[in-house]
Amino acid sequence: MTAPATPAPAARPAPAQRRDVAPLLLVPLLALAALPLIGDLSTWITLTAAGLAMGMIIFIIASGLTLVFGLMDVLNFGHGAFISVGAYAAAVLAPSLSGLTQTDSLVLNIVALLALIALAMAVTGALGYAFERIIIMPVYGQHLKQILVTVGGLIVAEQLIIAVFGPVQIALPLPAAFRGSIVFGDVAIERYRVIAVAVGLVVFAAMLLVLGRTKIGLLIRAGVENGEMVEALGYHIRRLFVGVFIAGSALAGLGGVMWGFYREALTPAMGMDVMVLVFIVVVIGGLGSVGGCFIGALLVAVTANYTGFLAPKLALGSNILLMALILLWRSRGLYPVAKR
Amino acid sequence: MSSDTAPLLTLTGVNTHIGPYHILQGVDFAVPRGSLTMLLGRNGAGKTTTLRTIMGLWHASAGAVRFDGADITAWATPDIAQAGIAYVPENMGIFADLTVRDNLLLAARSGPIDETRLRWIFGLFPALERFWSLAAGVLSGGQKQMLSIARAIIEPRRLFLIDEPTKGLAPAIIANMIEAFRELKKNPDTTILVVEQNFLFAKSLGDAVAVMDNGRVVHAGAMAALAEDRGLQQRLLGLSLDQHQ
Repeated sequence: MTAPATPAPAARPAPAQRRDVAPLLLVPLLALAALPLIGDLSTWITLTAAGLAMGMIIFIIASGLTLVFGLMDVLNFGHGAFISVGAYAAAVLAPSLSGLTQTDSLVLNIVALLALIALAMAVTGALGYAFERIIIMPVYGQHLKQILVTVGGLIVAEQLIIAVFGPVQIALPLPAAFRGSIVFGDVAIERYRVIAVAVGLVVFAAMLLVLGRTKIGLLIRAGVENGEMVEALGYHIRRLFVGVFIAGSALAGLGGVMWGFYREALTPAMGMDVMVLVFIVVVIGGLGSVGGCFIGALLVAVTANYTGFLAPKLALGSNILLMALILLWRSRGLYPVAKR
Repeated sequence: MSSDTAPLLTLTGVNTHIGPYHILQGVDFAVPRGSLTMLLGRNGAGKTTTLRTIMGLWHASAGAVRFDGADITAWATPDIAQAGIAYVPENMGIFADLTVRDNLLLAARSGPIDETRLRWIFGLFPALERFWSLAAGVLSGGQKQMLSIARAIIEPRRLFLIDEPTKGLAPAIIANMIEAFRELKKNPDTTILVVEQNFLFAKSLGDAVAVMDNGRVVHAGAMAALAEDRGLQQRLLGLSLDQHQ
């Protein structure tokens, strides 16, 4: 290959690229709009903080699913199984960490939480690997079969949990230092909700870092857009699929631990119960978009909280209404990923 | 590795089915080393299917694709790419949500982008330097085609498969493309197979030519010979010479 005869011309300034900030304004605008309706500032802050905490947990769960959806074009209704399994794995280990969880030391409590998260992610990651190899791999590209086999997988997982732990709910008590509230004047914010927001932000930042600053992240984003071209560039996208599926399953396990502590009780159907919300978040955000998933999760949770307070009878349908409104505005979600 | 005089790529009796359709019906042709070979033919003749079959994006149901002596017919697409074949699809296949820089970074499989080579590419396609940090989706059609070709040449490859590089481009951009291909051809180790509908473009660059019709190669030879034989052009390609020359 010969070098150019003439030196490359000096770069002229490129035209500025417009950033799409409108979706970023949705949560603040919704919160501001709700303030006069709620009336009381302390109630508004409490509802908003609870909504943000719940939204972060939903984001953690949904972020893995959106990548699996976007990159692998797999409709994985079995994602709920990893939520339940992650939570139950934490419940199994938690009693042996009582020395760390029953002390008032915040540091020791956080160490215990991290240990429980690590176990849950390891178990659900391994389960995700087996799930992808045995259940998903034979049905790539066949959406109807994917729905059937992954719903089947979810039901089998739920029944296995019932067989091992019984049908009744079991307790997952919060570590001692996570209980109670932080009080600012008339406003009380539960400590665990602050922890949930912090964990959600760490996961979001880590995902942005991996997707935006590493070659693996670039490959995942490119694969979401055009997997065939990624292969034509010389990368084995199936291996990438497996890695993303394991990571998505592990994130669901992490979300299961956080969700279990949020409710302080586990049921075999907890994963299945939350899947409707998770799918709404993934659709609102735009399939394959982590940023869209983050905003979608916050929107869904905050909307559910405000509606539950202002018009409890509408609470059940509020998220469907929210999804309909978002899709009327942007038919492919808040941040649609370009597809070939 | 086969001898230096043997063709770099040969297709022997290649058949490809897409669903119920029998698209390639026994394709035979060879791409000489160091040449720029044009693959011509009417719409639906099977040119794009031929490139996709070489890349393993669709697998041949019969016949053999040999690259530098190795039978790559059943290889997976990434393995074919790693063997040294770069592919520029008809739709350009750029990653619209990634920046120009990230598109090239992904194509540089063996590590960081070589700075000298990048300067050389900027010399061929100055727009890419200007739009370096922008999402590739905002580029014009011509700039996307430049990026698509730049991605193929960002690292040395042994064979370039390029599908309709001038499709939908303005004459000024096509002239830019012709210059870029001339620059590429200066390297005697570069072998290029281009699918093209634009006969003037093909005539100005091609060393060898193969013409397809109904899933078969119906003519193969020197480009210069086809360029001079108006009757053959009319018969093979249905060209109206007054419109094209």
